[in-house]
Amino acid sequence: MASLGLAGCSAADPLVDVGPPLPEQGYDGPPVELSYWTGFTGGDGPTMRAIVQDFNDSQDLIRVEMNTVQWAQYYQRVAAAVHAGKGPDIGALQIDQLATQSSRQTLNPLDDVLDQLAVSAEDYPSEVWDGGVFRDQRYGIPLDVHSLASYANRGLLEEAGLSGEIPSDGEGYLAFLEQARAAGIDEPFWMPNRWPAHLMFLSLLWQFGGEPYAEDGTEATFDSDAGVQALEWMRGVVDLGLSPANVAIDSQYTAFKDNRGAVTWDGIWQINDVGGTELDWELSPVPTIGPEPAVWASSHQLVLFKSRAPDDDKLQAGKQFIRYLAENSAAWAESGMVPARASAREEPEFLESTSSSIAEAVPTMRFLPPVPALGDVQAQTLELAVSDAVLGRVEPAEALRTQAARATTLMQANLEKFGVR
Amino acid sequence: MSETATSAAPAAAVTSGRAAPAPTHRSRSGEARTAYLFLAPYLVLFTVFVLVPIVYGLWISLHAYDFTLPEQPFVGLDNYTGLFDGSSPFAGPFWNSMQATYLFTVLTVPLLLVVPLLVALLMNGKFPGRTVFRAMYFAPYVLGVAVVSVLWRYLLDGNIGLVNYYAGLLGLPDTTPWLTDLPWAWASLVFVTVWWTLGFNAVIYLAALQEISPDLYEAARVDGANAWQRFWNVTLPGLRPVLIFVTSVTLIACVNMFGQSWLMTQGGPGTETRTAIYQIADTGLTNFTSGAASAMSTLFTLSLILVNIVIFVLLREREGGRKGARR
Repeated sequence: MASLGLAGCSAADPLVDVGPPLPEQGYDGPPVELSYWTGFTGGDGPTMRAIVQDFNDSQDLIRVEMNTVQWAQYYQRVAAAVHAGKGPDIGALQIDQLATQSSRQTLNPLDDVLDQLAVSAEDYPSEVWDGGVFRDQRYGIPLDVHSLASYANRGLLEEAGLSGEIPSDGEGYLAFLEQARAAGIDEPFWMPNRWPAHLMFLSLLWQFGGEPYAEDGTEATFDSDAGVQALEWMRGVVDLGLSPANVAIDSQYTAFKDNRGAVTWDGIWQINDVGGTELDWELSPVPTIGPEPAVWASSHQLVLFKSRAPDDDKLQAGKQFIRYLAENSAAWAESGMVPARASAREEPEFLESTSSSIAEAVPTMRFLPPVPALGDVQAQTLELAVSDAVLGRVEPAEALRTQAARATTLMQANLEKFGVR
Repeated sequence: MSETATSAAPAAAVTSGRAAPAPTHRSRSGEARTAYLFLAPYLVLFTVFVLVPIVYGLWISLHAYDFTLPEQPFVGLDNYTGLFDGSSPFAGPFWNSMQATYLFTVLTVPLLLVVPLLVALLMNGKFPGRTVFRAMYFAPYVLGVAVVSVLWRYLLDGNIGLVNYYAGLLGLPDTTPWLTDLPWAWASLVFVTVWWTLGFNAVIYLAALQEISPDLYEAARVDGANAWQRFWNVTLPGLRPVLIFVTSVTLIACVNMFGQSWLMTQGGPGTETRTAIYQIADTGLTNFTSGAASAMSTLFTLSLILVNIVIFVLLREREGGRKGARR
């Protein structure tokens, strides 16, 4: 109980303030230090650190201090920090959190400063650009898109005599996995029950033509036929013996790196981590198991946090840093992410990177709708349904039905809480 | 201190009849002041970090409280009634987590009372390398919950863990889902908790064992008591005062279990191993539904107080009986 009291902040709410216009030639005020929060804890962390270093070296008025917080804790911490008057100045966060964070009053709207940031709609894929908008106001500038992808252990497959291309259709994929098993890879495709299991489920659900949630946030629809088909397919991989049962968190990825799994679906942010191993591997878009290609995706967006005591210099400097990141997003490709900016995706830095192999999947990328606190609802419902079904504890249809009903209740409560009604 | 003051008073009364009550009175108020001064630092901490948060928490539990939103509407007892009549979306998860906490406590407390005692009895004997063994049993307690949990999460992994690997080498079942299915997940959490914390209880038992006078054992031996009789009639009664302390401390620690299931099972499978603290933290600090979370903590605290009263009454009666018998 005591810990809940830590939020005992003053009545002052964070204020909307984007500062005076940024001069064309850049920030020219007194030296400032900016606090920049990200959740890049994986293979993507060192790349962002290097970009920040480059920015700090490129001029001597602004010094950016980067602070890395695990994504799982980022959103609760940043909300607490901003409301306590100790928040960061700028941040990178995931597109599906923009609605939540703006509802929690932590983000500054950026509509009036787009020309200062030198960004415009034409530079970006429309879904990623439009995803930065919530309730008619823009809160995020796209940095990248990232999705689930399929990693294959080439070395292991070739050892088993399977050097051909991996089929990307549903039937062919299962046949290929059977073949791999027959060739001596006992359990070629480890099916996780936790992260990233729900991202696999969402991809499959979209492939089977479903939608997980109503766009307006009124109900959860992931228990549709498409959802059931998706989850039955995932459980089927275990039932067919293509995956061991009871795969605990992180095991499927560890097993893949340990030469025990032939393929695994994981985020493209793991590219540098897999690249650090001895494996002979390749990356490709997630196969199309259902009738239409689709893959779960998200985007890191740059934001300008609100403050209880806005500082003009910091706001200006913050805008300059966001502009720098947007302009230099090709360098960000090294993290494994796909730069959001169209022009950056034509630069050699990206074209030569591993993640360029999934650039073709960009048009099939699907994003969660902008509904406040949807991520929290999903963690308490959809993720549990997927886990229960993959572990074989509950039938997929029943697991989805129970949790979708609960999700709808939570979403209805959230609509009220966030004042949509 | 107060005893010396009162015993000094009659003596003073004898020497000078009239002046006697005054110094006694003055010294008493002086003592009280000293006592309050000594207590003050803790009282301040207690007020700021316990009393105020409790009252603030009660206030929060009466509101639809989310500190990130501009308004915190008053909802009366809705947060409580919602948990009881099931109209709150958190009712189901909360009662499940209370049940999980109960289960974990019932499984763990007896083990943490008995196993450390056995260890302490062994350690109390004289044998070469005794100090090394004492250190070994205490060592895990020094580790943080994160270290312990991550370590065992990998050791106990059903598919890639060392435990199943060695079980396989020994011809035992090697696919036990230690962390992803019941009852294994509970077995793992209980085992790891006992392994981790038994050293603490063992050290306290050991200190108490060394306090028991060897004369008593000597006398028992002379009376012809065998080892079991000596344990039952000398060792156990000698440990009783410490037992009260160990029981309540262990109970509170078990009821507050959080880190192990957060890190080892993520509350799974499903939400089966989510404890009350886990659920409260999730509701209040991840979802920011602090009103409901505060109502949960209040109910949780009340139930904990109730259990402690029961234990206190049970042990106090025994204590009283023993004292009576001795007199």
